[in-house]
Amino acid sequence: MAKKRREHDEEATARTGLTRRGFLSHVGAGAVSVAVVKPATAAPAPPPQAMAAAELSKVSLDINGRERQVLVEPRWTLSHVLREELGLTGTKVGCERGECGACTVLIDGVPRYACLTLAVEVEGAAIVTVEGLMNGEALGPTQQAFLEEDAFQCGYCTSGQIMAVEGLVQGNPNPSLEEVRHGVSGNLCRCGAYAHIFAAARKAAELRRGTGGES
Amino acid sequence: MNDPKEALYHVHGVDVPETPVAPPTDQEPWGETRVVGKPLPRVDGYERVSGTAVYPADLSLPRMLYGAILRCPHPHAVVTSVDSSEAEQMAGVQAVITGFTPDDRATRQHSELIRNNLFNTRCRYEGEAVAAVAAENPYLAQDALRAIKVEYDVLPFVADERRALEPDAPQVHEAGNQVSDTQTYERGDVEQGFREANVVLEQEYRCECEIHTPMEPHGCVASWDGESLTIWESTQGVYNVQTQVAAALGIPLSRVRVVGHYMGGGFGAKLQAGKYTFLAALLAKQTARPVKLTLTREETYLAVGNRPPSNMRLKAGVKNDGTLTALEFSGTGTGGAARAGGTSLLDWLIRELYVCPNVRTETTDIYINAGPARPFRAPGHPQCAWALEQMMDALAVAVDMDPVQLRIKNVPTVSQARNGIPYTTTGFHQCLEEGARAFAWEQTRNEISREGRDSHVRRGVGVAGGAWAAGGGGPPSTAIVKIYSDGSINLNMGASDIGTGTKTVMAMVVAEELDVAPDVVQIEHADTGTTQYATGSGGSKTVPTESPAVRAAAIDAKEQLIELAASEMEVDASAITLSDGKVIADGDTPRELNISALRSLRRRGNVTGIGYRGPNPSGKAVTPFAAQFCEVEVNIRTGEVNVVRFLGAHDSGRVMNLLTYRNQVFGGITMGIGYGMTEQRVLDVDQTGKMVNKNWHDYKLPTALDVPADMTCIPIDLHDTEANTTGAKGIGEPATIPTAPAVANAVYHATGVRVTSTPIDPTKLIQALTEAREGE
Repeated sequence: MAKKRREHDEEATARTGLTRRGFLSHVGAGAVSVAVVKPATAAPAPPPQAMAAAELSKVSLDINGRERQVLVEPRWTLSHVLREELGLTGTKVGCERGECGACTVLIDGVPRYACLTLAVEVEGAAIVTVEGLMNGEALGPTQQAFLEEDAFQCGYCTSGQIMAVEGLVQGNPNPSLEEVRHGVSGNLCRCGAYAHIFAAARKAAELRRGTGGES
Repeated sequence: MNDPKEALYHVHGVDVPETPVAPPTDQEPWGETRVVGKPLPRVDGYERVSGTAVYPADLSLPRMLYGAILRCPHPHAVVTSVDSSEAEQMAGVQAVITGFTPDDRATRQHSELIRNNLFNTRCRYEGEAVAAVAAENPYLAQDALRAIKVEYDVLPFVADERRALEPDAPQVHEAGNQVSDTQTYERGDVEQGFREANVVLEQEYRCECEIHTPMEPHGCVASWDGESLTIWESTQGVYNVQTQVAAALGIPLSRVRVVGHYMGGGFGAKLQAGKYTFLAALLAKQTARPVKLTLTREETYLAVGNRPPSNMRLKAGVKNDGTLTALEFSGTGTGGAARAGGTSLLDWLIRELYVCPNVRTETTDIYINAGPARPFRAPGHPQCAWALEQMMDALAVAVDMDPVQLRIKNVPTVSQARNGIPYTTTGFHQCLEEGARAFAWEQTRNEISREGRDSHVRRGVGVAGGAWAAGGGGPPSTAIVKIYSDGSINLNMGASDIGTGTKTVMAMVVAEELDVAPDVVQIEHADTGTTQYATGSGGSKTVPTESPAVRAAAIDAKEQLIELAASEMEVDASAITLSDGKVIADGDTPRELNISALRSLRRRGNVTGIGYRGPNPSGKAVTPFAAQFCEVEVNIRTGEVNVVRFLGAHDSGRVMNLLTYRNQVFGGITMGIGYGMTEQRVLDVDQTGKMVNKNWHDYKLPTALDVPADMTCIPIDLHDTEANTTGAKGIGEPATIPTAPAVANAVYHATGVRVTSTPIDPTKLIQALTEAREGE
């Protein structure tokens, strides 16, 4: 996976001429004001290349195993691109500031907040959304476990909870209750379905083990 | 206020419509049920876990724009000018509406609404709307808001209702800061009652303001088709929104279609349209394009409702044998800058929950410069329970009784708050008794008393009771059940499923009557254009309101089908039953026929059954009851409280679906833990009047680490056959009423310290523990 990601990075660089590292310096100088602390003796930095907020750049995103080419503003978050540009609205947005976890997706297997991730940051990374857990029309084991245990009410935080659990059980085939609680502690559920979510997470692990650990 | 529903869910300016009086029904109560009551997963679970359910925030229409609202940053100010010229020139910005911009041709007819109502220049709370924009994407919309220059005359503010009635307090409204006359209630002779008491206690309590913050922010998509408007709204009640939009925009109800299939939580904050709804419609009209307007999280903290803060004083008298002799209560609260029920039902449990002949209450609603309240999961009740249930606990200690036994001693058999009319059913006694047994209440208390107090981690257990004023539902409601010629079934109803499992329960009701599996029942719901009238899903009344109407519709459809079959099979209708998609004719030689084989049904296309919600029994009170029990561990060095386990014993009538019922109970407990332990709106009352914690980081909801995994649900499954034809009462709200005081009582049991103001956080508890030590 890591190797694949590096290759993607290089391809992406070749295509757009903009590395993620380079991009961040653009953003630092442009859309977001960031205080840059430098030693007083350092030579003055070259004037930053400001990029207009609305300037579009092409990124190539690996989403649910498919490559998607998208024109994005550098400031656009991954959650915005997934939902509003690509129509993958299974990923929800609750706060846009990394507090609720409704937008959780897997990035190279790790559950991360798509609202705190810029689309241009994840070029080349493997992104999995709740839609990517499906086997065609069939639910994946984590989704199935949430359904059976009634691990949701309104369902709006559910995709994020499912992705947090998916990330947990991919790395830990038999999580303890405490591991489950920590695994979903970054995901708020205002309806308060936590007790059922804990049960669903244990069942998800069980179902995965039953299906040979592949979803 | 004999019917608290009227006070609770009345929306100013909107009459509650009536459906025709239901035809007399002779529906027998269900006996043994085949489907109803079972713990079945939801009929829409697939959509919700696969990500295919489309919430209003997910909707995308061709050429759709994104709206955003500029809001007043001051708690009290007059807008003196709005300069939107720069915003209007920005690339990608398609519309700007302010109270100062020249009339747009498309929205000119609404200029009065825009100037006086939507963007009134007098802003009485932080977050009042000042301008709105529509742009090609949400980022550009926010850019446009930043480019609008607003000048404000900042006025003195008052942001604390405890200071708002002082003579020199700034005035929120010209007529003063008291919303209306103090409301009073009295029965018996309170002074005499206190004289009869062996013990009289008096205590002040405070509950902080709680914010709903449903996971999906409030929002909608508005789209015009000529003179017809369609709104996809994240709402608990599509008909409420339709009524308000039609009235605000002056268009016929028939031309406003509101759709609300999925919505991401409401808890009372989404029973009405918002300014954002009207603004989305106006922006869409001005641009002739669809507009999606979803509020930011911060806006949901400021402008779309809260549970009012409450300041309460309760004096109670009790005899040594545990008989209550008198209760005297006074409370103040604030619905913010609007008349919004700041003390709505704040004294209800004092009047209702325990037998007491002598009761006096008074409540005073006060204006402050803060966002308006909205109904929030059992308005007034968690606050009142916080006071009453801690007082009951203190009385039990004072007369040396077990707190469960003191409550059982005073369980009422009639609704005292409603002039003594009887309850249809009351399971309060069983809630307390069976809950205590399942919790191992006595054993645990004995264990704890044996443990002694050597450790710095102290265990404690607590109990609290509750009842909910409006959990019986009632008319109006209409439902339609269609049986198609292939035997498949469609249920059509207007009610929203706000996450409580309404669709699932209703499918189970149809399945029960027509003897099919619930997933055979396909549901159309929550769409004013295509489904039947329903009141908003609030007040824990959706199941008791809708399920009888759905049952009646299913029975009507069944009777029509049987009639067709009887004539086709040439037998008497009474000889026919339905079973698993088949018509079975009893007789010397029993015959069965698939529904799809009925020629007469194929010719007709389908049979359509209509059901109405009949009236509630007159002279009776339909009331859900609850008792909750919890165990805590308190670290007396740090003030940290670990809630170890919780048990909810609830009488909400017949359990319709054990799985979703349990989910409601645990969800209510979880929300109550937040109310009691972490949540509070913090206003900077001295310097700026602004809310300082308008985000989920600083305003802390319970997370997976804050709630016990050990939760138990004990349903007191009393079928309330007198209340309605399915025997169900509401569960959503009762489930959160007793939670916070149960925690407070457990903390007292563990430490000997009473925390009488929410939330019980470590800072407050350690201070209370220190004071108690110093006082020793």
